[in-house]
Amino acid sequence: MATRAMLRLRAFAKRTVPFHSSISRSASTLVLAEHEGGSIKASSVSAVAAASSLSKDNSISVLLSGLGPSLQEAASHAASCHPAVSQVLVADSDQFTYPLAEPWAKLVHFVQQRGGYSHIIAPSGSFGKNILPRAAALLDVSPVTDVIEISEPNLFVRPIYAGNALCTVRYNGANPCMLTIRSTSFPVPPTSADSKYNQAPISQVDLSTFGEDSKGKSRYVKQTSQNTERPDLGNARIVVTGGRGLKNAENFKMIEKLAEKLGAAVGATRAAVDAGFVPNDLQVGQTGKIVAPELYMAFGVSGAIQHLAGMRDSKVIVAVNKDADAAIFQVADYGLVGDLFEVIPELLEKVPERK
Amino acid sequence: MKIMVAVKRVVDYAVKIRVKADKTGVETQNVKMSMNPFCEIALEEALRIKESGLASEVVAVSMGPAQCVDTLRTGLAMGADRGIHVEATGALYPLSVAKLLKALVEVEKPGLLILGKQAIDDDCNQTGQMVAGLLGWPQGTFASKVVLDKENQVATVDREVDGGLETLSLDLPAVITTDLRLNQPRYATLPNIMKAKSKVIKKFTPQELNVEIKSDLEVVQVTEPPKRKAGVIVSSVDELLDKLKNEAHVI
Repeated sequence: MATRAMLRLRAFAKRTVPFHSSISRSASTLVLAEHEGGSIKASSVSAVAAASSLSKDNSISVLLSGLGPSLQEAASHAASCHPAVSQVLVADSDQFTYPLAEPWAKLVHFVQQRGGYSHIIAPSGSFGKNILPRAAALLDVSPVTDVIEISEPNLFVRPIYAGNALCTVRYNGANPCMLTIRSTSFPVPPTSADSKYNQAPISQVDLSTFGEDSKGKSRYVKQTSQNTERPDLGNARIVVTGGRGLKNAENFKMIEKLAEKLGAAVGATRAAVDAGFVPNDLQVGQTGKIVAPELYMAFGVSGAIQHLAGMRDSKVIVAVNKDADAAIFQVADYGLVGDLFEVIPELLEKVPERK
Repeated sequence: MKIMVAVKRVVDYAVKIRVKADKTGVETQNVKMSMNPFCEIALEEALRIKESGLASEVVAVSMGPAQCVDTLRTGLAMGADRGIHVEATGALYPLSVAKLLKALVEVEKPGLLILGKQAIDDDCNQTGQMVAGLLGWPQGTFASKVVLDKENQVATVDREVDGGLETLSLDLPAVITTDLRLNQPRYATLPNIMKAKSKVIKKFTPQELNVEIKSDLEVVQVTEPPKRKAGVIVSSVDELLDKLKNEAHVI
């Protein structure tokens, strides 16, 4: 960061008095939501929770796009997913068969022109990270990404340097103020199918003037994903992670067995993914998934800065490593210096069975 | 086809950063600086595409103070043909960088713009997406594999997404941002470092590119994250399970 800018803001910081009113001004927020299999995704509900913390007087519109019945089903689910939802907007068109960034960003621009929202929020996963900045560029505003705390309607905290520092940023520009939020920082209490809130009205976005994108196109080809019954890494209560210490993909199955016994999600370090033990969607870290479970167990993980970035907010951290000097022990609440090839079988024997 | 690659000078990934006592930022004086790892990967990919005969020239671009030239020289030493330095002091947020890149794209007319997916200092993960939006080009972000079809002017990009791997087909010209597993960047060899000294680095200012540096963001303070309470070392699996059950109450 250049020194001149630092001197300017140092002077500013000294004379700053909280003149930005902490009294809630009325806001209107557009939440960009993801859906799958007829339901709005949990991380999108976190985005609604984040929106509701912006201001007491906030009209929150949840925007969904897609095609056909599963979209309409998701809209219905979204309409009652959180008490703060004021309305659900549905963009139903074959242009949105897959959540590609180009039509989505154009849709956000389109809806913003008509809705004039003060804030636009998306969850900070691969969907939000891919789309929101592009939309922000179309609206000529600087977005604030990966927000972990909303201090005021225009004042946010976000991690930098792999979470080794926290940056408080103020947005001073015109509406809309655009954010992506870390869903682990805006938890939503798990709702059962019965605890539905009042259904907010659902309206279809009028796409008659939307038009086809005439410039260069992108096309969805395919997706490879692991279909597993295990809990989603992003919001599991317990995560069991394996690192390079597992030595090969076959050994990694021990991690999976332990996870199954605990009803946990499986995570991995970059080293484990690079070495081919597991696919990339299990990677926890600065550039992988950010998790904050109740319990994070790391086996054969050295504790590189970039890995810690992804799990340091876990409530309880357990580390098992042969090397007593491994960096992971500096963040672990409970550390066991030992051979994971002996510890994991013992745990498998002694851990109480989960449902 | 020309490929343009944006590279950023950042604190080296292995450095343990310190937050300044006055909370204005992170200490960067006398700290090792390097090319952002994701930018190295971006440049490596561009070089491989050129070496496979699908591109004629690789142009590396960096924006910021005078020291950016060091980063560009590293890029030239890796094999980029030319460098462009947009000289700007003061904070450059992704929106400004995107506008500057758009202006350069209009000058250089590349068929492909490759960037690292995020810089390891601000961890924004925004610039590639923003410049793609400004240009109206398709984007392939978090790329773990890129295959170019020159004849059909299409790039097939595998992306690392939350659910696994997604494959997209993008019409060129396009913007690609690189993820960790796309490639392993080469080291600059000594002969190439010497050769790089005579390669051209052209300078621009934002004014020359007709770009106004917007400052709709303001850093209010930079602080350390809350410290975790110190942990304990347990001596057996039994002790661990006991603590997890009866002390931490997580199982």
